Amino acid sequence: MLDKTVHTLAEAVREIPDGATVLVGGFGGSGAPIALLEALLEQGAKDLVVVSNNAGSGTEGLNALIGAGRVRKLICSYPKSADKSQPLAAAFEQLYRAGKVELECIPQGTMVERMRAAGAGLGPFFSPTGYGTLLAEGKESRVIDGIGYVLEQPIRADYALVKADLGDRWGNLTYRLAGRNFAPVMCTAARHAIAQVREIVPLGSIPPEQVMTPAIFVQKVVCHAS
Amino acid sequence: MPADNTQLPRLGREAIAKLVANDIPDGAFVNLGIGLPVLVAKHLPKDREIILHSENGILGMGPLDPSQAADPDLINAGKQPISLLTGSSISDSVLSFTMMRGGHLDLSVLGGLEVSASGDLANWHTGAPDAIPGVGGAMDLAIGAKRAFVMMEHQTRDGRPKVVESCTLPLTGAGVVDRIYTDLAIIDVETDGLWVRAMVEGLSLAQLQERTGAALKCDPECRTLYLGEV
Repeated sequence: MLDKTVHTLAEAVREIPDGATVLVGGFGGSGAPIALLEALLEQGAKDLVVVSNNAGSGTEGLNALIGAGRVRKLICSYPKSADKSQPLAAAFEQLYRAGKVELECIPQGTMVERMRAAGAGLGPFFSPTGYGTLLAEGKESRVIDGIGYVLEQPIRADYALVKADLGDRWGNLTYRLAGRNFAPVMCTAARHAIAQVREIVPLGSIPPEQVMTPAIFVQKVVCHAS
Repeated sequence: MPADNTQLPRLGREAIAKLVANDIPDGAFVNLGIGLPVLVAKHLPKDREIILHSENGILGMGPLDPSQAADPDLINAGKQPISLLTGSSISDSVLSFTMMRGGHLDLSVLGGLEVSASGDLANWHTGAPDAIPGVGGAMDLAIGAKRAFVMMEHQTRDGRPKVVESCTLPLTGAGVVDRIYTDLAIIDVETDGLWVRAMVEGLSLAQLQERTGAALKCDPECRTLYLGEV
């Protein structure tokens, strides 16, 4: 019997080793797998390379993991706060200024497509985004049929941590509203995708056409009702 | 020397937003960038269906009614709470950026730090050496939409022009801007240069040129923007 559910958050993140590349879902707080990140903090893995759109909101989750010095490098499109009144990404800013965490800033769509390429079995690809800018420096650029492109490498990861709404024992997932964002593509780009779900439902209760991430892309499902 | 701006008539931020809103046609799919462009949403003409896109996967977002509770999973690109309009859809980031980068959006409205005579845009990096880089979806938006409008003040706070011959700040995209809306004028970026399509009342072309870092050409049918009317 295929059963990917695990009982505790600790069990879900137990095997993540030091030095792992970890994809972390969420656009701001929406879709951020806070419970899994807290469990990872507790677990103690360090020297992590984290790929995430933001550098963590509030004091929990990714911000706490970065603050504890567990992240060696962040690959990110927007590691700061759009709202200056809210101290988002505070831990990242502090450690970045102290030279204690590395940053690879990439356009959001490029981040997405680099993961998509990895998940879809593609190699490097040409994207027009960022051509002629600071973010293309050190990358091959080429003009093809009059349009400038930057050569981008796939992002393959060891783990993905995502927040979903419903999950079943096979690993089929649904997401709530715009909390979906990066989660589906991250599940495809990681060898081990771990989903915290609001509710684990019996196999068959998610209508097949409403499955948003098919089971094949998910390795562990843990319930965290929040 | 920066020109003396003390007596100059200028459009307010809401007035610039209203000008942009009035130029968006019925049925258009549009992304409004963070900052000044966000103001456009509340000035969209009521008799047009204009569908707003947000990079986190929302197509068809609307304002949050004060009586409605904010939902943490319904936010715009600036992480502000929004609502969904009838007919809206939600997709993942792959499909959302396919809409943006793939040329499917009719228009993106972007904020600007500098725009060059050839339509280069700088809007993601202040150039400060200690700035933490953060680009978000700006580069995808700048290159992807069918048309790109930029909304910005005509000059910096210390009076330097923001419409320039070539950008001094790190670029967001090269040759991407179609039209610039400022507190002084509406300027189209054409292959033969910058064309002034409208100017605020009481401003002369010479005064506008004095505050612009690139050569301007004046449309013979250049409109006057009356402060009381926009």
